[in-house]
Amino acid sequence: MIKVDHLSKSFGKTKAVDHISFEVNEGENLILLGTSGCGKTTTLKMINRLIEPTAGKIFINGRDIMEQSPEALRRGIGYVLQNNGLFPHYTVAENIAIVPQLLKWDDKQIKHRVSELLEKLHLDKKYLNVYPNELSGGQQQRVGLARALVADPPVLLMDEPFAALDNVTRSKIHAEFKELDELKRKTIIMVTHDVQEAFELGDRICLMDKGRIIQNGTPAELLFKPANAFIKDFLKEQRLQLEFKAIKPPPPSEGGTFELQGVAFPADASLWFMLERLQFTKNENIAILDHERKKVGTLGFEELMSAFYQYKKHQPHE
Amino acid sequence: MNEQQQTLWQFMAQQSDKLLTQTLQHIGLTFISLIIAVLVGLPLGILIARKRKLSGSILGVAGVLQTIPSIALLGFMIPLLGIGAKPAIVALLLYALLPIIRNTYTGITGVDGAVKEAAVAMGMSKRQVLFKVELPLAMPVILAGIRTATVINVGVATLASYIAAGGLGEFIFGGISLNNTNMILAGAIPAALLAILFDSLLSMLQHLNLKKLKVAAKVLPVLIIVMACFYFIPSAYGSKLTAGFTPEFMGRQDGNLGLRSKYGLKIHTIVISDAVMYKACFEKELDVISGYSTDGRLKAYDLVVLDDNKKIFPPYYAAPIVRDDALKKFPDLEKTLNMLSGKINDSVMTDLNYRTDYLHQSPERVAKDFLTAHNLYQPERGGNAGIVRIGSKIFGEQYILASMYTMLIKGYTDYDVATKTGLGGTKICFDALTNNQIDLYPEYTGTGLLAILQPQQKAIDALEGDRDKTYNYVKNEFENRYQIKWLQPIGFNNAYALMMRKKQAADLGVKTISDLKQYLERK
Ligand SMILES: Nc1ncnc2c1ncn2[C@@H]1O[C@H](COP(=O)(O)OP(=O)(O)O)[C@@H](O)[C@H]1O
Ligand SMILES: [Mg+2]
Repeated sequence: MIKVDHLSKSFGKTKAVDHISFEVNEGENLILLGTSGCGKTTTLKMINRLIEPTAGKIFINGRDIMEQSPEALRRGIGYVLQNNGLFPHYTVAENIAIVPQLLKWDDKQIKHRVSELLEKLHLDKKYLNVYPNELSGGQQQRVGLARALVADPPVLLMDEPFAALDNVTRSKIHAEFKELDELKRKTIIMVTHDVQEAFELGDRICLMDKGRIIQNGTPAELLFKPANAFIKDFLKEQRLQLEFKAIKPPPPSEGGTFELQGVAFPADASLWFMLERLQFTKNENIAILDHERKKVGTLGFEELMSAFYQYKKHQPHE
Repeated sequence: MNEQQQTLWQFMAQQSDKLLTQTLQHIGLTFISLIIAVLVGLPLGILIARKRKLSGSILGVAGVLQTIPSIALLGFMIPLLGIGAKPAIVALLLYALLPIIRNTYTGITGVDGAVKEAAVAMGMSKRQVLFKVELPLAMPVILAGIRTATVINVGVATLASYIAAGGLGEFIFGGISLNNTNMILAGAIPAALLAILFDSLLSMLQHLNLKKLKVAAKVLPVLIIVMACFYFIPSAYGSKLTAGFTPEFMGRQDGNLGLRSKYGLKIHTIVISDAVMYKACFEKELDVISGYSTDGRLKAYDLVVLDDNKKIFPPYYAAPIVRDDALKKFPDLEKTLNMLSGKINDSVMTDLNYRTDYLHQSPERVAKDFLTAHNLYQPERGGNAGIVRIGSKIFGEQYILASMYTMLIKGYTDYDVATKTGLGGTKICFDALTNNQIDLYPEYTGTGLLAILQPQQKAIDALEGDRDKTYNYVKNEFENRYQIKWLQPIGFNNAYALMMRKKQAADLGVKTISDLKQYLERK
């Protein structure tokens, strides 16, 4: 879907991005992870041409992004910023409607789409005619997300979208983020410096340092097959938590699902995700359903823990 | 105080026509220049917000323009744009530019970078970012700039009357030269009220909430344009010839009022300062002007004085007027000042004025040359038996006379001299004399009579415009009322006079003011 090919960017003598290449598949959530100043934002902004690369190419759906006018390209790519960048002189409804206005949708269609998104993002209708400065940080970030999603762009770029939020709000939004159906079909590149967030939300992670990609892989690959000492060192803190986030239970049979109290889990739910859900239910286990929704087994605390040990046993010694 | 207030109201009621015209002109001038300043300043502000390298030089130039004294700026405009509305508007526009450019620049560069980035990232073009994001968010700051510019313009527009552009300055400066406090207030109070009114209206606008601001942004331009149109309403009339009269002349019985009542003269009239009037007449922007009969520019610009056949202009014989206590304190003073008596007639004075005003010789040099030629000059004695303080009004002839008196006093007595020249109009000079800030200055019998004593019309008529009767009347009255003494007249009569270009007057066959009236009435 997105292909980045030997991309570089220098600001004077600083090489902000240094010959990086990676690909993101359709529907995948790729995380650019690294400490501050390693070139994540620069990489992201080159994809919607907020920054022009010094060298290298970017393709979206096989098409070089330089072939399109920057305005047309950007209207097909959602963009979410850390400080939300909401227009202070526009109401919530007007903020969300910016791209549809640019694309000249008719008013009825815009109205319908805006209220649909508000509902999906758990924002009350009463906020429609309110200005951003009257909202809490979490609400502002949801509006920012709605604004990026409104025209249903296939690609979403997010630059530290949750970094400015407090911990409680952030984990709430994380949960919503994973369950939002609008996002499941999208190809997402998200920038973060928060390792836990990367492991929780990412299908794949590019770990960057000094403008280069040190390793590109699934969370489990980074944890258990680190390319070098730098990666190992980077993932040292709260490693147990990361492992639970990286490891998944053996998948259900073809077409089957995991369910708890009638609610289906995402197909790639991690052990961490399941343990978190379980702790809120008493004496009830996760049901394993087959393709005909027949219950073929259950997962409780013990089963999840043993899945963890099974997985760990098969890893080469660290 | 009560009486003063009543007469002010009476004056304003009596002059309500003029007051309305001047107020409308004032509002018009302010807003025409404001519109142009916004049309020029806003794009410039946007430009330097885009290309920051230019910001230093453009803000610098606008800043320098702002520091030029207003009178000087108006003066610079005359050779380029003549007189009237054009130069006044350009001058006002130049003053209004800086706050508008600067605030546009600050407003736009102050917009949150994340908001601008979000706008670009959503696919807005540069234009769209400007109009949908940058300008709306910068609007309160830009409005503050427009507010500053408006208040500056209301103030500076009072000076527009110097170059015949009208406005409330006509009353203010007319009042200063006529020693008429009510007239000054009738101009100054409305001007101050306009400034306060516009300032508070724009301040309200600036603090509106976002939704109302959107509406206001659409209404405001219309409103400003309507105000600008005020300027054109009063000037929608004309006549064959155009007269330019000084604010002082406009308000005097022995000026425009007398021309109307005694001669029945009806002529399209604009108000203009003495400083540019002669040149404007020479350059055919004006046909008839109210000059002084000894003015050097009469000679320089080839003008001719129309005969005052009905004698409405009283004699203006010049003589030094001195505080009685100064004459006591400096016993040799009177004798010395009287040395000049009878020495300078009209044509000599015109020639002396021509040398300073047109040949740009210094008043000191002209004074010394004259005294030397008449064997009156003596080198300074360097005495220190007290200091005589000499004042003068702010025009050439008075500077020359002040110089002559200085040289005579220093040459023939043991007193030293301090000069306080350039004391504005009659009111300022005379107030300085009565408040014991100067000891003497040269005054004119007509001015003493009409501007200072202001007697009943009956008393004026009784003098019949006669030189000696007028002199004796002011001499006695000044002594009684102010303890100020009129010394012997110098000789020349610097009276008001209507003037035209020599050639035009000859072509039209106009020799007297009555001829002029007849010419104007011919269809
Ligand atoms: N506009 C710019 N001009 C100069 N240097 C820049 C600019 N933007 C980023 N840089 C530099 O490039 C490097 C990478 O920046 P960035 O991509 O913002 O890092 P990250 O998002 O990973 O924190 C940093 O060293 C930063 O100082
Ligand atoms: Mg960054």
